Amino acid sequence: MNPASFLSGWLPRLRHVVVVVGIGGAAAWGVVELLKPPVGKLSKHYVGMTMDQSQSVLDAAKTVDAAFEADWGQKQLQPAAKADDLTLVRRLSLALTGSIPSLQEIREIERLKIADMGQWWLSQLFADRRTSDYLAERLVRVYVGIENGPFLIYRRRRLVDWLSDALQQNRPYDQVVRSLINANGVWTTSPEVNFITVTNQMGNKGPDEAKLAARVSRAFLGVQMDCVQCHDGKLGSTWKQEDFHKLAAYFGQTDFSLNGLRDDPKEKYRFRYLGKMQEEVVPAMVPWKPELLPEKGTPRDRLAKWVTAKGNKPFARTIVNRMWALLFNRPLISPVDDIPLEGPFPPGLELLADDFIAHGCDLQHLIRVIAATRVFQQSSCSADPTHPVTPEAEAAWAAFPITRLRPEQMAGSVIQASSLGTIDADTHVLLRIKRDLDVANFVKRYGDSGEDTFDDAGGTIPQRLLLMNGNMISENTRVNPLLNAATRISMLAPDNATAVEAAYLSVFTRRPAAEEGAYFIKLLTGARKGRSRGDILSDLFWTLMNATEFSWNH
Amino acid sequence: MNTSLCQNNIHLTRRSLLRGTGVAGVSWLTPLADLLAVEAEQAPKGKPARSVILLWLGGAASQLDTFDPHPATKIGGGIKTIPTAITGVEFAAGLEQTASVMQDVSLIRSMVSKEGDHERAFYNIKTGYRPDPTLIHPSIGAIVCHELPEAKIEIPTHVSILPNQWPARGGFFGAKYDAFQMYDPKQPVPDVKARVDDKRMERRMEGLSVVEGAFAQGRAPNLDQGKTLHQLSMQRARRMMTSDQLKVFNVSDVPAGDLAVYGDTPFGRGCFTALRLIQAGVRCVEVTLNGWDTHANNLEGQAAQVRILDAAYASLIRDLKKLGLLESTVVICGGEFGRTPKINNVGGRDHWPHAFSMLVAGGGFAAGRVMGATDPEGEKKEPVNPIHVEDLHATIQDLFGIDFSKEIMTPVGRPMALSKGEVVAGLKA
Repeated sequence: MNPASFLSGWLPRLRHVVVVVGIGGAAAWGVVELLKPPVGKLSKHYVGMTMDQSQSVLDAAKTVDAAFEADWGQKQLQPAAKADDLTLVRRLSLALTGSIPSLQEIREIERLKIADMGQWWLSQLFADRRTSDYLAERLVRVYVGIENGPFLIYRRRRLVDWLSDALQQNRPYDQVVRSLINANGVWTTSPEVNFITVTNQMGNKGPDEAKLAARVSRAFLGVQMDCVQCHDGKLGSTWKQEDFHKLAAYFGQTDFSLNGLRDDPKEKYRFRYLGKMQEEVVPAMVPWKPELLPEKGTPRDRLAKWVTAKGNKPFARTIVNRMWALLFNRPLISPVDDIPLEGPFPPGLELLADDFIAHGCDLQHLIRVIAATRVFQQSSCSADPTHPVTPEAEAAWAAFPITRLRPEQMAGSVIQASSLGTIDADTHVLLRIKRDLDVANFVKRYGDSGEDTFDDAGGTIPQRLLLMNGNMISENTRVNPLLNAATRISMLAPDNATAVEAAYLSVFTRRPAAEEGAYFIKLLTGARKGRSRGDILSDLFWTLMNATEFSWNH
Repeated sequence: MNTSLCQNNIHLTRRSLLRGTGVAGVSWLTPLADLLAVEAEQAPKGKPARSVILLWLGGAASQLDTFDPHPATKIGGGIKTIPTAITGVEFAAGLEQTASVMQDVSLIRSMVSKEGDHERAFYNIKTGYRPDPTLIHPSIGAIVCHELPEAKIEIPTHVSILPNQWPARGGFFGAKYDAFQMYDPKQPVPDVKARVDDKRMERRMEGLSVVEGAFAQGRAPNLDQGKTLHQLSMQRARRMMTSDQLKVFNVSDVPAGDLAVYGDTPFGRGCFTALRLIQAGVRCVEVTLNGWDTHANNLEGQAAQVRILDAAYASLIRDLKKLGLLESTVVICGGEFGRTPKINNVGGRDHWPHAFSMLVAGGGFAAGRVMGATDPEGEKKEPVNPIHVEDLHATIQDLFGIDFSKEIMTPVGRPMALSKGEVVAGLKA
């Protein structure tokens, strides 16, 4: 045989063998990876704070509780009982990661037997990148909205990543806000600059001072001053048109150069007031407490320091109201960005704001305090069926309010419930990419909530159609032994009761009630040819995901 | 003679009439649509309107390049004009078909608003109120659905076809009055087909009732009706999934000739579908045609949208009339605001809420009438005989027999009238 012809035939064959063995090996590895039991990642001993810090959280929570209890007493409302630990874990996961806990996490939590579940779970979540990523996305919606913004000079993704890093490091919130207001530089290397570049106007006009004033006043000060952009306040509002534009004037020098964003002292903010014939130069002036304004610095620097000054209580109230809303899905004061300067304030708001300032604008401390309150830890239902929770009790926070989950929370929860293991930074990259695409598609169809608003709207027909017949639930609940929890439970659960329990824990983060367990166990017992165990588990997952309990935070 | 036989006679006569009038394929008429059309034929004049169609020109059409041209003036922008069915009234060239149906339509050339931003103006025009941070007002379709509930039909009574980012909302009436959103009617309506057979679906629903029962324990008895609307909307969704009326959402069964006159565009198909939805008993349909926000190259940009609008609008008016539905159906055509008389440096027109145009027809609106006028030189901002947005809303609601001054207690505890405007008598027939 000609050696050359032998080699020319042998080499391609060898290459094929290598490719086939490689693909087969990778597939086998993938199957083993997906089928192997979850590995514990949680640590019982990680609490993330000192004894003193822990005590200060509990002390602050107790003070807040006392204020609410006094209010309930006055209104003669009976508060609901404490919710169980798994309910708290579900609430915190939804609020901070946008998804429910996985079956893997639930099993580990139950194995570790933690005394103070809420605080311990928060420590785990604060160490988890999912938390800072999700919180950053929620806050960036408040700062810059959801639009893509001006081409080339706006990088929303970089702003989210920058904020996520800051939250992960628990950078004091006042520092974060100052960085946003007075940042300089290029939108790629100084991502905080994107807070300003998003408002850039066409025709070399630079950043939009009015939009920035509106953002600053709503997002950081909790006042809707943009309502007086065109005229003085009406319907009882005392704001004047000039209050708004004097605030906008702090951004009057902000402009772009080859080095990115910077202040140009030659620039001025001009505006033509209602009833005036000509534009005029508007002097920069803050709408309240001018004594907190530093004398030196660029206009934006001075504004940043004034906004975040310790004596500027609206700043603290605003983030307290926002964080409360993130945890409860309902703010203490609605709308979330319209807090009266002089009150009246609901119970807890002032106490939490003072505590936030006293603890150096520590966001994690604030979240811990809210989560430690009796208010947060209450059940959303009454233990006595003859005296159910009333709307009045819910309105006064005497029971945990039932609120509709946001679209991304719904999508994240469907995907997480369909996977026995936790989908986090350690998940295979392909699965994470698929997750992100699925969430984006679902949110588009379900209806994006847009900027971070907290309405109390009920469910709609299109949403029900999407959940009943849409791709996401169908794909995530159908028989699929590699990917779907329903099928894997049907294959791995030793008995019917365990299978039903695993399904309930995966989707509802609770065990089935007696009547629920009995009903579904009976269905599984009757599994036969033509209606397999896999189909029944698939139907059970579909059923749970289409229930009110899944769509509403409780 | 029994009554039903008598109605059958009418029914047959009706079909003959439709063939005779050239509406052509009646294959797409639903039985309910037939019945409603018969009722409409029998309705005495002056009966309140029962449906509304809003053709939304998203981005804001230029009045100067559509319904209120001022050719050969400094603000005319080189527009060419054509006569209309109303003597002495001219439209921009390109609106020939619309011009030919103006004997059935009235034109307002003096709409006035105070909102020059797209989002705020959309809110203003669709609700009759300016944006208010404390509450969301319902759009006109939601008001009509709320005030005149329709129990006969199994599909949503408020529909938005080709919605942009601001479809009509239920506002303080709640999300159940939000418009059902659908896209090009050439495509099937998404998610209305169950993924499992009927028997299995029933089993799923049986399991769901067990789960819902457990969740209801210890909670307010009216949690679903009063707040979540979860089970209620699910029931309505299921009713819709199995309804014969669902076929009116899709144009695949419609003869090509019937569609062609509307223009082979998503908007044209949307207008055709709006007609079928109204026939099926839907209270409000909005169809959106975006692309009017011509800050640059205004003349070309407006002309391109005009071509799409013209065939669809005129065909809709013609068919509504032929089917005897125009008298009971209000048809509004307009957008957020108008566009500036002054043409900017890049040949565009910017936002102009000070005087703009809207077409109103049917449902008791006057026909062949023109209200208001704008300054041909663009010097005077204020039009002659200005009509305010809230007054148009009051007039529409009045045509439906709705007491628009009635105050509704809103969720924030603030009483709010359905409209704070006044009826414009000159707009009524």
